Amino acid sequence: MTKNEKAAIARKRKHAIMIALLIIVFILFIIPFLLVIINVFKDQADITANPLALIGAHGFTTKNFPEAMKKMDFFNVFKNSLIITTCSTILTIIVSAMASFVIVRNGKWKACAILFALMIASMVIPFQVLMVPLVSVYGGLFGILNSRITLILMHVGFSVSMATFMFHGAIHSNIPLELEEAALIDGCNRWQTFWKIVFPLLKPTIATVAIIDAMAFWNDYLLPSLVLTDKAIYTIPIATQAFYGTYSTDIGLVMAALLLAMLPILILYLFLQKYIVAGVTAGAVKG
Amino acid sequence: MKRNTTAYKSKQFLMFAGPALILFCMVIIVPFIYGLFLTFTSWDGVSADKPFVGFANYVSAFKDAYFWSAVARTILYSAFAVVLVNVVAFLLAYMVTSGVKGQNFFRAGFFIPNLIGGIVLGYVWKFVFNRAFVAIGDKLTGGSTPSLLSTTGGAMFCLILVSVWQYAGYMMLIYVAGFMSVSDTLKEAAMIDGCTASQAMRNVTIPLMRTSFTTCIFLSITRCFVVYDVNLSLTRGEPFFSSVMAAMHVYNKAFTYKDYGTGQAEALILFIICAIIGILQVYFSKKGEVEA
Repeated sequence: MTKNEKAAIARKRKHAIMIALLIIVFILFIIPFLLVIINVFKDQADITANPLALIGAHGFTTKNFPEAMKKMDFFNVFKNSLIITTCSTILTIIVSAMASFVIVRNGKWKACAILFALMIASMVIPFQVLMVPLVSVYGGLFGILNSRITLILMHVGFSVSMATFMFHGAIHSNIPLELEEAALIDGCNRWQTFWKIVFPLLKPTIATVAIIDAMAFWNDYLLPSLVLTDKAIYTIPIATQAFYGTYSTDIGLVMAALLLAMLPILILYLFLQKYIVAGVTAGAVKG
Repeated sequence: MKRNTTAYKSKQFLMFAGPALILFCMVIIVPFIYGLFLTFTSWDGVSADKPFVGFANYVSAFKDAYFWSAVARTILYSAFAVVLVNVVAFLLAYMVTSGVKGQNFFRAGFFIPNLIGGIVLGYVWKFVFNRAFVAIGDKLTGGSTPSLLSTTGGAMFCLILVSVWQYAGYMMLIYVAGFMSVSDTLKEAAMIDGCTASQAMRNVTIPLMRTSFTTCIFLSITRCFVVYDVNLSLTRGEPFFSSVMAAMHVYNKAFTYKDYGTGQAEALILFIICAIIGILQVYFSKKGEVEA
């Protein structure tokens, strides 16, 4: 056997070990989800008797789903989550892209410099510092809590710094000034230049911001729990928390509720995982 | 049209940055300043008047033994979680960049926990700890085993385990980007110069990935330090308040015990501790960064 052949065999063996390891780690990683999936099709007595069995002694059942859906008001909370996430994400993108445009192109203006510096500095403030005053100002003073619109605007306010920072980088390094000058000569004003020339060129960054923010809004718990008090406008995380508080003893129902809460984003991930992984990586590395 | 008049500039600024400015100020700047003001009052959350009490809230925050034990617990938890998250994430990233078949599948798979909110993850794991692990324990010992979540040390252990599981996939993606940014030619050059694979890893790849380490450690510290969702759903601070993290303590102080002034003062102290740790970490990591 030549040296090369030996090396090739060693490499193959290394690959085999690596794949075996990865498969083992991967199974360990998804065991919690698998446990939820196998238990969601059992009734409560079977789960209590043996949570590890694939099928319960009383057989396969799907009765947990309709009951959990009804008690959690699933379609309604799903709709709320969808509305809040979509509106917040779109608004964040529009508002931050516009702000970053004027900041990049007029960095010397005092207002731009101050706003941008404040935004960067504000990114280190944890939510815990702002939650009491937020509730006190908007709940106590103005009484505008418990509305979807308030929550959407707050979501935008919290994510605008990070998004502006990312658009700032994109405009700064990827949009040539000559394009804007050409647009100016062709008769565009700044507003038209932004919407017709700059904004369409920001597509990759828009995708990144959309993915990161939409995931954050969809899963956010603390802010919505402070803003939304009316059951009719609960989002999925709030509804899950409320559901667990009421039905924690009926473990079959809890399994169904948890699976329902996870399902929408898992289904989305199935189709968009390439973009989500790329977006999250871009966001983390640049941010 | 004149382009250097104040009127033109402010019109342009407000047209583009106005909405961002308003929302940013209303949601972050105003509450931040108002929060500073609240720390000097004893507000009960209901009444309109907010009596001025000077530094009394800070004094009671410094005297609040529960708060400081929550902070100490958070530091302990963060130390374990940050180290483990980064070790696991780095090893996963190493495995999924080694060119094995299906590495994209594994990358996507390890990321799954990050798609789901902390509340749901906490309840999923609560089921695993309380039911599945107990069932396994019963089978192994033949008797009845208590759930890990019902013991004081166990609850902390569970919290660390879940955090590592939750964040490892996310940090892995950043390390993967780091691995990919180190050019193969540099590694090959090191090998030709006589390095073994592990020496090339230690002396070439890892030093060139310092930025990834800086980012990941910073992100994991700042996330672990204000952990709340998983804490709430997995342990609720139980048993006997032994797993109350700082963020949960602040929340309870303000919203459960209605001691808004002290709660806000404690939140501010938490922010300062978190900022100091974050700045120190970034400062020391940046110092060691090298370029190819």
